[in-house]
Amino acid sequence: MAKRIDVSGLHVYYGDFKAVEDVSMTIEPRAVTAFIGSSGCGKSTFLRALNRMHEVAPNARVEGKVMLDDQDIYAPDVDPVAVRREIGMVFQRPNPFPTMSIYDNVIAGAKLNNQRLGRTEADDIVERSLHGANLWEEVKDRLSKPGAGLSGGQQQRLCIARAIAVEPAVLLMDEPCSALDPISTLAIEDLIAKLKENYTICIVTHNMQQAARVSDQTAFFNLAGTGKPGRLIEMDETNKIFTKPDKKETENYITGRFG
Amino acid sequence: MTTTDSSATPQTPKGKRRIGDVVFANTASGSGILILAILAGVAAFLIIQSVDSLGANTANFFTTTGWDANTREAPAFGVAALAFGTVLAAAIALLIATPIAVGIALFIAYYAPRKLASVLGYIVDLLAAIPSVVYGLWGIGYLVHQLTPFYQWLSTSFGWIPLFAGPVSSTGRTMMSAGIVLAVMILPIITAISRDVFLQVPQAHREAALSLGATRWEMIRMAVLPFGRAGIIGGAMLGLGRALGETMAVAMILSPALVISPHLLQSGNQTIAAHIALQYPEATGYGVSALIAAGLVLFAITLVVNMGARYIVARRKEFTE
Ligand SMILES: Nc1ncnc2c1ncn2[C@@H]1O[C@H](COP(=O)(O)OP(=O)(O)O)[C@@H](O)[C@H]1O
Ligand SMILES: [Mg+2]
Repeated sequence: MAKRIDVSGLHVYYGDFKAVEDVSMTIEPRAVTAFIGSSGCGKSTFLRALNRMHEVAPNARVEGKVMLDDQDIYAPDVDPVAVRREIGMVFQRPNPFPTMSIYDNVIAGAKLNNQRLGRTEADDIVERSLHGANLWEEVKDRLSKPGAGLSGGQQQRLCIARAIAVEPAVLLMDEPCSALDPISTLAIEDLIAKLKENYTICIVTHNMQQAARVSDQTAFFNLAGTGKPGRLIEMDETNKIFTKPDKKETENYITGRFG
Repeated sequence: MTTTDSSATPQTPKGKRRIGDVVFANTASGSGILILAILAGVAAFLIIQSVDSLGANTANFFTTTGWDANTREAPAFGVAALAFGTVLAAAIALLIATPIAVGIALFIAYYAPRKLASVLGYIVDLLAAIPSVVYGLWGIGYLVHQLTPFYQWLSTSFGWIPLFAGPVSSTGRTMMSAGIVLAVMILPIITAISRDVFLQVPQAHREAALSLGATRWEMIRMAVLPFGRAGIIGGAMLGLGRALGETMAVAMILSPALVISPHLLQSGNQTIAAHIALQYPEATGYGVSALIAAGLVLFAITLVVNMGARYIVARRKEFTE
């Protein structure tokens, strides 16, 4: 189920503006890879290039290669819609569909893949996905209530349930806890630790303690200067990045924040 | 003294600002009251002027189809056929215009390249600026002739449905033609309002759909249409309000008859607005007062529809906040 992502020589553009320059990295399956770096250095842009959500922005484009196991996701004959079904995404602000019930939110993506989904099958998917997102116990008695009525943390787990209901190979998370309180944040972090048994997970975070807590690998991005594109400075075992990084730039960033 | 001064100093600018506030508040509430007064005045005028003929009416005003009002002796008239025709024409217009408007709005908002989208939006707005008499001329001078063969075909193929039963009017001056012209006339408002709500759909909802592997159309069905539904309804009802009150185009196109007929392809039926416009010049006896009574009914129908539209649009706002 979980797949490896291999990025080589990836440049990401918004029109003429190059936001990310020449990134190569390998993202391991069944592991959590954290992307850290100062604001505006292209973490979100890079993350969205991994499931072709980047091209939703006008004039957005990429150069380079992204392999999902042995499939090139930017090959000319590959449908971005199919890529996104395999590489799910969780956003910074919880975004359940406001007009849908909890149940319908969870099943929304799965219904796209299978229009004739039977009732019992759908029930199974909903229950399994909500269990998977550690939300089942909290919502099992109000599945027909609007998803927007849940707390922020519950909404974010609902969004995770919705993403895993499609059974993707990879989950991308863009600062999934930045809009949440500490308790909800802990709940999501626990969930991430559980999810990595089955998925490849990439998480952007501005919180270095969080990166240290949840991730196995950490990638540090930085800007060469204002108006310059963001680059990958260093990527390694999370332990190593936070204790003895190879690059001075990384150390400055880590100690600056921790010190 | 110093204390008085220091307490007076901050009050001066405060007082000045208050004058501005007062002027503004009074102007605002004044115009608000003025609008209400005009509305109440119109209603009062309609009621007072129609009482005369309604009192003398020997027929039931709400169930009678005929219009024998141009007399001082025992007038007998009713608004039944007119109200039916009014609602029928507007309903045809709405049924035709809403899906097309939503389609255009979706195309402008989500499919067309930017340049084409703005050109299209501009053209749709221009449609709204065409005077209704021009629509009437276009309808009677061109459209009805183009539509007649289509009506023939419709009647031969679907004549078993009463709506499309023959014999087809050879002039094409039918309820269907009036409805189609009205549809073109209300297309811009429905399109404009739908387009606006579609563009307001938060990016977060659209991206949520796309990230699940939705195609563009699936994204529209999942995130855009549910979010925009109340807005579409509100726009459609504003269009309905316009179609109900439209006079000139209907008066020019429809070959009137005071009957309640479901046969859209035959001549017959009439709307309140067109009836008033056509009858007023030759109204005598209780005629004018009776026409005003018909106007009162139209006023009531339009008021209800518009209030319904505002209510739905307002509820949508509450819901999205
Ligand atoms: N839709 C967009 N269009 C144009 N430029 C963008 C867009 N989104 C982000 N950018 C620019 O790309 C750069 C990287 O942004 P982002 O990936 O959001 O950084 P991060 O997530 O690391 O804070 C920034 O300079 C930002 O202004
Ligand atoms: Mg970001």
